[in-house]
Amino acid sequence: MPETLDSLKVNPIDCTGHGVCAELLPELIWLDEWGYPVVDPRPVPPQLDREARRAVAACPALALKLMRR
Amino acid sequence: MTTTVNEPAARQAAALPRLLPAAPEDLRRHLARYGPMPYRGQAGLLIGDIETSGLAGRGGAAFPVYRKLAIVARARGRKVVVANGAESEPASRKDELLLRAAPNLVLDGLQLAAEATGATEAHLYTHYGPTPQLLRALAERAAAGLDMVDVTITQAPPRFLAGQESALVNHLGGGPALPTFQPPRVTERGLRGAPTLVQNVETLAHIALIARYGPRWFRAAGTSAEPGSMLTTVYSPDGKCRVIETEIGAPLNTLLSSGPETRAWLVGGYHGAWLPLPKAAALTLDNGTLKKYGAAAGAGVLAALPSDRCGLTETARIVSYLAAESAGQCGPCLNGLPRIAAGLAELAGPRPRRQVRADVERWAGLVEGRGACHHPDGTVRFVRSALTVFAPELSRHEKGQCSATNRRPFLPLPDGIPTSEDDWI
Amino acid sequence: MSGSTAFWYASRATGIVALLLLTAVLVLGILVNRQGRLPGLPRFAVTSLHRNLSLLSVAFIAVHVLTAVLDTYVSIPVTAGVIPFASGYERFWLGLGAISFDLMIAMIVTSLLRGRMNRVLWRAIHLLAYLSWPVAFAHSIGSSKDLQHGWLLYLAVACAVVVVAATAWRLAHAARQVPRAARVAAVFAQHTTDSRRSRRTRETV
Repeated sequence: MPETLDSLKVNPIDCTGHGVCAELLPELIWLDEWGYPVVDPRPVPPQLDREARRAVAACPALALKLMRR
Repeated sequence: MTTTVNEPAARQAAALPRLLPAAPEDLRRHLARYGPMPYRGQAGLLIGDIETSGLAGRGGAAFPVYRKLAIVARARGRKVVVANGAESEPASRKDELLLRAAPNLVLDGLQLAAEATGATEAHLYTHYGPTPQLLRALAERAAAGLDMVDVTITQAPPRFLAGQESALVNHLGGGPALPTFQPPRVTERGLRGAPTLVQNVETLAHIALIARYGPRWFRAAGTSAEPGSMLTTVYSPDGKCRVIETEIGAPLNTLLSSGPETRAWLVGGYHGAWLPLPKAAALTLDNGTLKKYGAAAGAGVLAALPSDRCGLTETARIVSYLAAESAGQCGPCLNGLPRIAAGLAELAGPRPRRQVRADVERWAGLVEGRGACHHPDGTVRFVRSALTVFAPELSRHEKGQCSATNRRPFLPLPDGIPTSEDDWI
Repeated sequence: MSGSTAFWYASRATGIVALLLLTAVLVLGILVNRQGRLPGLPRFAVTSLHRNLSLLSVAFIAVHVLTAVLDTYVSIPVTAGVIPFASGYERFWLGLGAISFDLMIAMIVTSLLRGRMNRVLWRAIHLLAYLSWPVAFAHSIGSSKDLQHGWLLYLAVACAVVVVAATAWRLAHAARQVPRAARVAAVFAQHTTDSRRSRRTRETV
């Protein structure tokens, strides 16, 4: 049972495809053929929570968010 | 919460048509036919009746109307209501007709929605903007002291996305008609930050009738899961277009021909789905049934594609339009839709290259759900249905053949594509 | 030989290092915007370095100011670090330093609060970098005799050349950038040609 109900979501309007998120969190984010992130919509597993927050902070466009479902 | 039921008129109005009078009516005739404005005297009182009626939005998304009303009613501070008559689906004509034939029903509904939500600002957003006829209707109502809230009429830019909720709010706020990322939804933070109720003009017309005749009257038509009637824009194989009000759940073959002159059906407009004939011939016009075939009623656009046309060519034309109408804000949509359109154009021609179909399917999978609005999702549904329903035609094209004999376009598309920022203002 | 000379040397040295760091930070900032890579390093290194070096620069500048204040050979009030023209000594050139530092502080504070502030406002403040650097450069040349000749001058000029080149690169891209309303058309055009050559490109949002 995940401790948190937060899941990752990309604001596709702000996202310009830097790809930093996919580098930091390859377990949950991969890049499509155009360099834009495809994000696992399920709740973030607790062991990846810190990495997820790191990825959110690292996005140069602040497009990655951790949100309650 | 008593319901005002005007019995003799109610029996009359239970039958169809409910929304469209035989001829456009002025305010006097409107009030004579339907009775006085059924204000409840207090915010929130109408919402229970709307919930009981089971009214769902008629703009395409079919969202339960009472829920949106309740969210906005619950909010504090300044609130806004908008009648959405942008009708940005090129093949749809129902909103335009409703606004011409029964503007007072729409305007009644707008005022009732304002009362129910406690809104102090009202807008009417339409394809043609403030026409003399609409301005006259507002003036008549003002003279009669009918309206609680002043209504501002704004013209929508002729974009496919102009009627999308957040794009509409963006435009009313002085910006371009471009969707914004949600959350927050416009019902939480909309026009200039105020909670905003956006309802299709037809939905408001239904509200105006439910407020007079009650939810039980409304439910006398339609199905129990999807009650009421809806306006459909129907295209027959001879190219004629008619707006028909029908009960939800009516058999599609009472609206669309299914004989040999018809190749396939399109249900739900350009974000809808193609349906194969004769397999789909027995289907009914309700989302419960249509969902099993990957389709939805949408804003009620129904078309019978003539058998002398090529379904792939029609699809390619339409997807090219849909791609050009992308807001171009989100990477996947911006990159995917034009590629899908180009791929379909190749599939619609003779001897498409081997990998094009697989490419189109891959791109469809990549754009779905990855935009800020549902434009890519609707387009993908339309594309996938074409690849399924017209699969036999695809095989013929691979061999350099085509079973169509008529190259003339069938479904309507506007001229011109947006090229500059001004096209979105 | 008093401690004052040591402070003075420390101030000059940290000043030079700060100029180098700020040059790197600005170039890295442009690199982040252009989605450029540093050879051999992952993508997040560019954005990480940009942020970390900007904080390091602030640290060096703080030492640079404090050592100058502590040096008793000239009288510089500690406020001169952030209040322009508060120093009696070299009022104008040190004032430029304070202006530049103030702009940097604004940029860093807004970046730390980025999630909570208006995006357009954040960007407008961040663009002040293009003002902050030249002002810092002018401060460096004007207030230090060291940088006005010899290898330190060449170093300073080299930094300026790098900043001008990077800025020109950035401006060239801004000039070339397809406006939003024309992006879809650009993808259409690009795809029809490259589907023949099966080359994968993408249109940037």
